[in-house]
Amino acid sequence: MMDFIIANAPALLIALPMLGAFALPLVGRLGDTPRNAWVLGVALITFVIAALLAWTVLSGGPVLYTFGAASPADAIPADSGGIPIRIVFTVDAMSAFMAVFASFVGLVTCLYSVASERRSSGKDGYYALMLLLLVGILGMVCTGDLFNFFVFLEINSLAGAALVAYRIDKGVSVEAGLKYGFLSTLAGLMVLYAIALLYGQYDSLNMAVIASRMSYTMLDKVALALFVAGLALKAGAVPMHFWTPDAYSMAPGAVTAFLVVASQAGLYGLFRILFSVYGLTLSYVTVGWAVIILGVLSMFVGVSMAIPQKDVKRLMAYHAVSQSGYMLLGVGVGLVVLGDAAAMDAFGRTAMEGGIFHIVNHAMYKGLLFLTAGAIFLQTGTRNLNKMGGLGHSMKWTMLFFIIGALAIAGIPPFNGFASKLMIYESVFAFSPVIAVIAMVVSILTLASFVKVFHAIFMGPEQPKYEGVGEVPKPMLAAMAVLAIMTILMGVFPEQIVTTVIAPAADALIDQGAYVATVLGGI
Amino acid sequence: MIENIPFFCAGLLVLIGLAVIVTKRDLIKMVMGLALVEAGVNLLLVATGYISGGVAPIFTNAPSTEMVMATVQAMTLTNIVIGIATTALLLSFVMVISRKYGTRDVTEMRRLKE
Amino acid sequence: MNMSNLVRSGANILMPFILVYGFYIVVHGHLTPGGGFQGGAVIATAVVLLMVAYSYENVRASVSKHVLKNSETAGLLLFIGTALLALTAGLAFFGNWLLDLGVIFGTPVAFGVNPGDINTGGIIPVLNIAVGIEVLGAMGLLLLAMLGGLKGDAE
Repeated sequence: MMDFIIANAPALLIALPMLGAFALPLVGRLGDTPRNAWVLGVALITFVIAALLAWTVLSGGPVLYTFGAASPADAIPADSGGIPIRIVFTVDAMSAFMAVFASFVGLVTCLYSVASERRSSGKDGYYALMLLLLVGILGMVCTGDLFNFFVFLEINSLAGAALVAYRIDKGVSVEAGLKYGFLSTLAGLMVLYAIALLYGQYDSLNMAVIASRMSYTMLDKVALALFVAGLALKAGAVPMHFWTPDAYSMAPGAVTAFLVVASQAGLYGLFRILFSVYGLTLSYVTVGWAVIILGVLSMFVGVSMAIPQKDVKRLMAYHAVSQSGYMLLGVGVGLVVLGDAAAMDAFGRTAMEGGIFHIVNHAMYKGLLFLTAGAIFLQTGTRNLNKMGGLGHSMKWTMLFFIIGALAIAGIPPFNGFASKLMIYESVFAFSPVIAVIAMVVSILTLASFVKVFHAIFMGPEQPKYEGVGEVPKPMLAAMAVLAIMTILMGVFPEQIVTTVIAPAADALIDQGAYVATVLGGI
Repeated sequence: MIENIPFFCAGLLVLIGLAVIVTKRDLIKMVMGLALVEAGVNLLLVATGYISGGVAPIFTNAPSTEMVMATVQAMTLTNIVIGIATTALLLSFVMVISRKYGTRDVTEMRRLKE
Repeated sequence: MNMSNLVRSGANILMPFILVYGFYIVVHGHLTPGGGFQGGAVIATAVVLLMVAYSYENVRASVSKHVLKNSETAGLLLFIGTALLALTAGLAFFGNWLLDLGVIFGTPVAFGVNPGDINTGGIIPVLNIAVGIEVLGAMGLLLLAMLGGLKGDAE
């Protein structure tokens, strides 16, 4: 039984949440408690399968799964002439890493939603859309086929847009959802245009086959520009970040935490295209510097626009844009030194590990911060900083979790933000000292803005209109506690996490040959 | 030269669609601009699969076995289905917005500032 | 406020033909152009025809939303169930476990260009039918919701 699950783990990873989402209208007819149990059960099973898959990949090498073949490893049929003709899932260390923490955040946000959406109507649609968003993210990170990546990107965008517009009774949520759906679909269409250009040249949709046939012609450069523009739009990098504050502030609390992971799946797609499909054939210095400039702009513009904000979730959304800049900066430095083995060993690998470690750290502490903002909104009914105050007297647990999240995002030890930011500062300083100084200034500004927010929400005398405000229900506290514990653990034991999970992921991105060999079986 | 005309048309459709999205102020016209961009990408996909001298890739009673590529047609079909789902979702959002705000003009509905 | 007698009679006569044509496109998807989504969309236009010929109030009473919602769920579950059953037959996910088995859609395909036998294909016609049922449910619901949201009827 266990062998069966491990052998079919990539397929079960997307089939089981899909089955859960499709059967949800039937289960929802039985009542609220069966529906909650069904959603939490499906999310938990998905997390367990993702963990099993990650354990298999980290101990045994990349996993190849062929859809529709006689056996999963049968990618290249005998009479096909040496090319894989079916859709394959290529799960290497980077994919497994993203799948594990995406399913973990999915489980935590579903747990949070059980309490926060207790009084909403239309919960069938809400939970089905959350599970479909999980399917979209897991499909995007596990697939090895370009068009399959586009289909999962669209599932991601549509489920996300519908979830942002969930609160129809206020018109502003629907306006934010419209903006998010519009821009995400435009990003998807740009990606599809690039896929059509690549298919027309190389007659294959498989990422490994295109990587082995890639010769960097003019059309490939156009396709690369379209890929970078489309996927950076999906990930919320400056100058295409304008949907981020609207969408993140108007969505329900748990949905925002999950949308952060959905944007990071777009970042994963960008890294996969740059490193594994194009690899060393592109002019990596130019493209790497373009990625670094995107990162620096995101960091700076994000934190500058966050400081004057009065709405707490819009402020956190701008900080999410700023932190994505750190990830782009780290991986961009790795891309610039891709062809230079000495520099890669000196600081390039550390930069990439810092950027990738920052992805999971950001999901943890930013998810925690958005969940606390959702808790405050649930109890007080407002998101305006000028109207809040003195909540520290009554909402003690929420205040503690907010402190943990705020210290983590500012990069204070012993929380996880410090570990990844230190790796990025060290390696970027060896590469270009000016950029490292900019990164540190951004970090200081982040700390300043969160001190302001903490003071405005929790400090001060207790206000009379918040007299009877109590603590939030237990499932929400449990979800926030889990994320806070992960934040502290990953900050106290960063070495173990980097050597077991992050370093193999960075190596899997750098080594394009290993990716191609997984599918095509050795050159 | 004449066999490149579908590709020029695809690029032209995408550019016209982007121009409509950027310049029009009515929400429904902006969604129609998105549909135009999609039509352009679909045309690019189908035109990529043409093999000169090929017939339609239907195997039942086929007149000859030299056929145009069928993979791109499956990709285009998938994109059309995705496009229908997207357009339906965005248009229902527009319906709710026009009911709540009373207007469909983008410049008058900037409730989300900064 | 109905349309004239001529329009209503024309719609009455055309309805069964539209439904048969839609199901033909769905079931013959593995031989001729068509398949699940195309046939489902054609069947959903029957709902539109009803709403154009008669007014929305009359249609809302007779076309049941529960039937459409249930058919959408049934189509989706049939699709994912057929794909998962391939795992129990020893193949990979989505493998064609009905191919050449002789149970249903199991006749082997004759070699070369031939007139086409509908009894072939394995799980492909089954997936087509599942998608067809799901699309007619989903698009029927969508059209009912959107056309029902108009203020007043189109006179």
